[in-house]
Amino acid sequence: MKNLLTFNRKTVVNSIGLILFLILPFLTKSFEQEYLISFFSMILIYGLAAASLDLILGFGGMISLGHAVFMGIGGYSVGVLAFHKYESSSIFGFDGTENALITWGVAILIAGVFGLLTGAVSLRTKGMSFIMITLAFAQMGYYFFVSLSKYGGSDGLSLYNRNELLGLDLGDDVTFYYICLAILVLFLLIAHRVVNSHFGKVITASRQNEQRVQVLGVASYRYKLAIYTFAAAVAGLAGALMTNQNEFASPELMHWTKSGELMVMVLLGGMGTLFGPVLGAAILLLMEYFLAMYTEHWMVVLGPFLIIVVLFAKNGLYGLLVGSKDKNV
Amino acid sequence: MSNIILQAKSINKQFGAVKVCQNFNLEIEKNSLHALIGPNGAGKTTALNLLTGLIKPTSGSISLNGNDITKKSVNVRSQLGLARVFQITSLFNEFSVRENLMLAAGAHQKTGYRFWTNVNRDKRLLEVADEFLEKVGLNQRSSILAGNLSHGEQRQLEMGMALATRPDILLLDEPMAGLGPGGSAKLSELILELKHKMTILLVEHDTHAVFSLADTVSVMVHGEVIATNTPEVIKNNQRVQEAYLGGVSGGAEC
Repeated sequence: MKNLLTFNRKTVVNSIGLILFLILPFLTKSFEQEYLISFFSMILIYGLAAASLDLILGFGGMISLGHAVFMGIGGYSVGVLAFHKYESSSIFGFDGTENALITWGVAILIAGVFGLLTGAVSLRTKGMSFIMITLAFAQMGYYFFVSLSKYGGSDGLSLYNRNELLGLDLGDDVTFYYICLAILVLFLLIAHRVVNSHFGKVITASRQNEQRVQVLGVASYRYKLAIYTFAAAVAGLAGALMTNQNEFASPELMHWTKSGELMVMVLLGGMGTLFGPVLGAAILLLMEYFLAMYTEHWMVVLGPFLIIVVLFAKNGLYGLLVGSKDKNV
Repeated sequence: MSNIILQAKSINKQFGAVKVCQNFNLEIEKNSLHALIGPNGAGKTTALNLLTGLIKPTSGSISLNGNDITKKSVNVRSQLGLARVFQITSLFNEFSVRENLMLAAGAHQKTGYRFWTNVNRDKRLLEVADEFLEKVGLNQRSSILAGNLSHGEQRQLEMGMALATRPDILLLDEPMAGLGPGGSAKLSELILELKHKMTILLVEHDTHAVFSLADTVSVMVHGEVIATNTPEVIKNNQRVQEAYLGGVSGGAEC
């Protein structure tokens, strides 16, 4: 039986979080700080990417140091399609487009397929080898796009304007913010169901004792590959949003330090909490934002802070908020 | 012949230069309670790991219900009806007792990946879990985390999980190890209840329990089965007595 008190506390925390995100645009308006809204969109997008990483890192125990590559692929899907639209040229026989329904779909699809293929190889390894192989695939992606001079190489690729989505003006920062929020909430709802399903339990069980899962008759590899692919596809969508947000796609999006940043967000917020990484993303970006006003060496503060959180808050900052008993959502 | 459910034929297993199984032969009759005994270090657990598929033999073959499973993976063997209870308790410690059982139940219900229904509302899983909570006597402990159970209760849960996969053959690796007299008796009772309803291969160090429970006893020494017969005959077998009581046992103790 679930502890009712913990359950309520979590609902309260999540509701407050949601309400806060819902009214943020109004707050920024009333304080005449509208320029901050892009920054908050960024938090949502990183939150989406970090929460997708949590599915494999926190729930599955698969320590991937290459998750940002999927963001990069998603980001470039949008960038490249827009590029061909301006050039009025085609790529692999397809015309370029700025229609978000297509570009975001392509981002999800390509990132998902790349996740499926690289995951099929990576998941045959464990522990340190898995970390290294995911890192290697991600760096392959990084150097691939660095050397694609047609699409800007290491300088990246600019967007003339944001994608079009069903007649909505994504160029408007507030509209774009709410779309990011809607996508994040939708993802969290879906992921929450998935991790609490039998499928999700198999994933969590594999982290605890994979051999036992197999002895019970479960082909754990397939389950892990499925969740890995799903997480990759979602990160691809986050990348597509990121390119729209920045109106710019760059190889930096998939550099290994980005993967590390996502990992820090998951650790800060709380592994295996799903909502925690969104909080982690918010805290990390806010720290960077405010500390960078005082010093460019803001990581001097982040480092010790991260160590303290990892040492003393077993389930991250989100765990502190909701009471850490109830780890698996 | 068709009455043999599990057969291991001239299995050899070497770890480097160390031969842990030499010419290991075993035939287990359907619905019998077959015991495998032997002194410490005889290779009993290795033999079970070979049968379960956790390690692959250097040579030889294993068949289950007439199908060659020598090269089959652990999970496929489980799907074919083989279940294993580990000597060293192997549970999902962050899951509750019920969740452990539900996981085992779900593994053998061919209903796809089930990524949408909340497990706590999945009737097909809950029913099986409740059935085996009852069977192994853990109904009162269903929401306790497996990692917080006492050693005896963990052994009970191990049994429950293996049974929840509804196996044809159950491999028990020293299920009595570390249990108090009460726990031992309870477990013997459960094993007696299962006897002749499914095939059981019982590996035990303690020969007392074995002789009262088993239909057939095989004795393993230095990675080899040296005798297979009824408990009465085995008890009086000269070589077995030597292996256990001295003589050749100097090497067998390590």
